[in-house]
Amino acid sequence: MSILFLISAVVAVFSTAMVITRHNAVHALIYMVISFIAASVMFYTLGAPYAAVLEIIVYAGAIMVFFVFVVMMLNMSVSPEDEKRATGIKSWIFPIILTLVLIADFVYAFIQGTPQTNMVKVIDAKRVGVSMFTTYLLMAELAGILLLVAIVGAYHLGRAPKRNIHRYLQNEQTQK
Amino acid sequence: MAIGFIIVGVLLLVVTIAAANIYIERRLLSLWQDRRGPNRAGPFGFLQVPADMIKIFLKEDWIPPFADKAVFVLAPTIVMLSILFSFALVPFAPGFQVVDSNIALLFFLANSSLAVYSIVLSGWASNNKYAMIGAMRGTAQMISYEVFMGLSLMGVVMISGGTFSLREIVEAQRGMWNVVPQFVGFCIFMIAAVAESHRAPFDLPESEGELVAGFHTEYSGIKFGMFFVGEYLGITLISAMIVTLFFGGWLGPAFLPPFFWFMLKTFAFIAFIILLRAALPRPRYDQFLGVGWKILLPLTLLNVLITAGILLARG
Repeated sequence: MSILFLISAVVAVFSTAMVITRHNAVHALIYMVISFIAASVMFYTLGAPYAAVLEIIVYAGAIMVFFVFVVMMLNMSVSPEDEKRATGIKSWIFPIILTLVLIADFVYAFIQGTPQTNMVKVIDAKRVGVSMFTTYLLMAELAGILLLVAIVGAYHLGRAPKRNIHRYLQNEQTQK
Repeated sequence: MAIGFIIVGVLLLVVTIAAANIYIERRLLSLWQDRRGPNRAGPFGFLQVPADMIKIFLKEDWIPPFADKAVFVLAPTIVMLSILFSFALVPFAPGFQVVDSNIALLFFLANSSLAVYSIVLSGWASNNKYAMIGAMRGTAQMISYEVFMGLSLMGVVMISGGTFSLREIVEAQRGMWNVVPQFVGFCIFMIAAVAESHRAPFDLPESEGELVAGFHTEYSGIKFGMFFVGEYLGITLISAMIVTLFFGGWLGPAFLPPFFWFMLKTFAFIAFIILLRAALPRPRYDQFLGVGWKILLPLTLLNVLITAGILLARG
């Protein structure tokens, strides 16, 4: 395992920890972007340059921008009641269970011994494309349909009601 | 060791070009608008850039008390960093390139998508209505135009034998420049790239007539300077990318060295982008986004489809 991988792994863990401890939502999102970039470096060192770049283009470059955008627009403020509910013991139980499962997984994998990560096999864009249109064709199609549904839904929600008013008459109509 | 020299060389070259662009733009704009332009500092106003730099370095670097300080400082650095990273992949001449990677083109797209943060965060951190509206426009514009900026290049990738390496794309243009078979792709990339670097006529995020200065309203001193130089780095980068992808990069008749050909073509495109600013008015915001999604995106997809079809038919 290369030193580059370890460094980016530490950065990823640290920035993810910062995400969940920030009070300010935009600061948290900036740390999340850093976490995505660190994950992309990890992909690269494991021999998946295409996945690494897509991680940045799609997650850091597009999805997180929308998150920042929405948070920016909402101007969120947390009421004390919300905060009390969020810090109560009840809301912590389920995440703790999930985390314990993950820790158990990790410990098990660690005891089993690490797989041969030195055997890095570079997977380039061509092989990703080929496997997407042969082995995982069904998955790609399903994901495509899901996105189509999302687009149609967004169009339906965002569609402005059709108006057949001449623009000179518009002011009179709205004043009424 | 050699790579170190190349890195320093590219960095100095690129920053020098960006600084020179400030002078070139002002002179060319004044030429096209029948004005004199800067002509006081030094012969032909050559010392205008150093004078501007001295001013910008010595100005008070004021951070508004209502701003989010950390993010406010972070935002202008992102635009510089993301553009300078992309220059690592530009093949200026055979052997004069920092790194030649098989994901170079994707890396360029990734960096240009990260550059959005500089606008979003500067607008948000300024805590100012005009900056916020500018950031909102900038985000919508860059996110939309990023989609088909990437797609418009896929035709180039296909006819260059399916490689993302910029050096190989240049080599594949020995017979014919890509602009001939990919003219539609070139036009779309040109529009998208100018929109992506939010230059006039697509400078909606900072349209000074309505938004003061848009996302960098609250910036002054060297932080404003970074946005400013970032913009010129941006037009240098997109000119260099257009030359690399569509106009044969360093290729040219042998009586001039390859590096010279590359620079000549790049400066021709920088001048063209400046002419765009001098000649065209700014479109309305919703019209601009509408044209992007309703005309340019289907056109790009059609371009990809037809290029792939022709390549398949040829076998």
